[in-house]
Amino acid sequence: MSNSVSQEVAKAGTFKPRRALAEELLRHARRPFPWLIVVFTVIVGVAPNVLDDVSLRESLLLAAVYVTLASNLNLMIGYAGYVNFGNIVFFGLGGYIGVYLATTWHVNLVLSALIGGVGVSALAYLFGLGILRLRGAFFALATIGVNEAIHAFVTNFEPWGGATGIYLSMDAYEPLGGPMNGLWLCYYLIVVVMGLSLLLSYAIKTSKFGLGILAIGQNEDAAAVLGVPTPRYKAIIYSISGFLPAVAGCLYFFKSGIIEPNGAFDLTTSIEAIVMLMLGGAGTVTGPVIGAFLYEELRSFLLFSETFSHLQLVLAGALLLVIVLFVPGGLMGWLFARVPRLRKWLQ
Amino acid sequence: MIGILASVIDGVLVGAVYGVAAMGLTLIWGVMNVINLSHGAIIVLGMFVVYFLTNATGVSPYYGIPIVLVVGFVAGVVIYWMSVNRVIGRPILMSLLATFALNMIIIGLATAAWTTSPYNVPISLPGITIQNYTFTGTHIMAAVIAGATAGLLYLFLHYTRPGKAIRAVASNREAAELNGIPTRRVLAMAFGLGVALACVSGALISTLFPFTVLSGGAYQLKSFVVTVLGGLGNPAGALLGGIALGMVEGLATPFTPVSWTPIIEFVLFVLTLMAFPRGIFSFTRP
Repeated sequence: MSNSVSQEVAKAGTFKPRRALAEELLRHARRPFPWLIVVFTVIVGVAPNVLDDVSLRESLLLAAVYVTLASNLNLMIGYAGYVNFGNIVFFGLGGYIGVYLATTWHVNLVLSALIGGVGVSALAYLFGLGILRLRGAFFALATIGVNEAIHAFVTNFEPWGGATGIYLSMDAYEPLGGPMNGLWLCYYLIVVVMGLSLLLSYAIKTSKFGLGILAIGQNEDAAAVLGVPTPRYKAIIYSISGFLPAVAGCLYFFKSGIIEPNGAFDLTTSIEAIVMLMLGGAGTVTGPVIGAFLYEELRSFLLFSETFSHLQLVLAGALLLVIVLFVPGGLMGWLFARVPRLRKWLQ
Repeated sequence: MIGILASVIDGVLVGAVYGVAAMGLTLIWGVMNVINLSHGAIIVLGMFVVYFLTNATGVSPYYGIPIVLVVGFVAGVVIYWMSVNRVIGRPILMSLLATFALNMIIIGLATAAWTTSPYNVPISLPGITIQNYTFTGTHIMAAVIAGATAGLLYLFLHYTRPGKAIRAVASNREAAELNGIPTRRVLAMAFGLGVALACVSGALISTLFPFTVLSGGAYQLKSFVVTVLGGLGNPAGALLGGIALGMVEGLATPFTPVSWTPIIEFVLFVLTLMAFPRGIFSFTRP
């Protein structure tokens, strides 16, 4: 009797031991793709130091920030199928919390970045439980609203300097061994955040949780019927997609030496992240990287060109329109359709 | 007390203009399930058409409104065939991105042409003074024109053949197609109409407040709030929603600084979406 019950339970899977974490990690470590991410991250990290090129460092830093934004946005748009137009709010709010802690309370930079990230994630979770009840276009509109409302709030919030924002003095870099070392340290940290973003994208895509999220992206009602706890999963992915951008925001604005509301909550940057994602291919791990680097190249080309410097927005818009109308899968989608065997190597 | 009342009445007058902007948005949504994210840019276009017409001819900006209507309609039809036609029926992300791309293109071109410095349409109308409070003539005139536009839209949708075709396509596209209605062309017409309404509201706003190339964003946000208040896809509700938003703004103005307005609007927006997803004013099923 007891034997048959235990068989029943075992069949239902309750007693199936969870696969040990070490085994799980080993399974991933045998695949080439995570190592590709690690190698890429290390190359980006050491390249400007080896070549001793500060301007290369600046452009790679911007590219790394873009990759972080696009790749975490991908978790929402590419995986869960929810359009987050106001994704920059994570970056800006994380930046504000982190820079405020680092300057006013002299908290260690890494610690304040992490606190910024955790704070933004917690807020995103609470917000997510509410606004993720909205679907499709309504959710997209609400995310624009979240960004605009927090923008307006910070502009009126005196402890954070109101409309003028927070300026960092040179002393702020003293704990990092002076401005010179501080800038390099910020660069390395941002590259690490970029690498973590990519590993996160990969880990989620290959996990059971990720399977649930992808199911929500395909057909939310069907996913709910099959037992995916959709409201909780959506709130969790929304919250996760806010963590690393918030950390990157703190590092980026700390490095810039100034944070002010119009720069921190710029809706255009939000949309640029969407352009990068669509350009590279939504739903893939590699896509956002390719999209971000291409877009960064294009942007710096446009900024320095005589004819196009005023038309940067126009060209970004035209690019987005062409992708949406003719290549909705982005570069990676196009490539995977042509060379299906690439799927074995790239995600 | 009377001060608050005056502020609320003024809010209602301005709110009617928001209503017209939202009617355009809600018409497009109701007919083709597309949220037009280039709405703000198009409102700005309407503002500039009036500005240049008034500067070039020197006549009152109100005479420019029929021209704005025509320009808006043509622009809307062009936009439809250029970017919206291909994304109809595809995931909502695609139409959002396509219209947003358009928004970037228009704003980018407008910024390159007219920079982001503020513009102003010179106009003065005698106002009505009750005790110490003056209701500006331009606000009253704008509300009257907004009301007339809403009335004309209602007549058009209910008593003309093209209007009936639009409503038929909105309620069931396949059935409309089976009955011999050229639905693609009707969709293009509906989009043109929606854009024309946005342009008219922009024209009216330009007579009320100074504006820049970038003002569109704020009015777009207001249009969304109004649309949601009135129920998506419900043009009659949009006018009521606009008036409601105007009242809320009028009520809030004496008590809070202007920079808090977006926060109030956003909270209203999300709360309405959650509590009344079909809008406060949708008495009938859309």
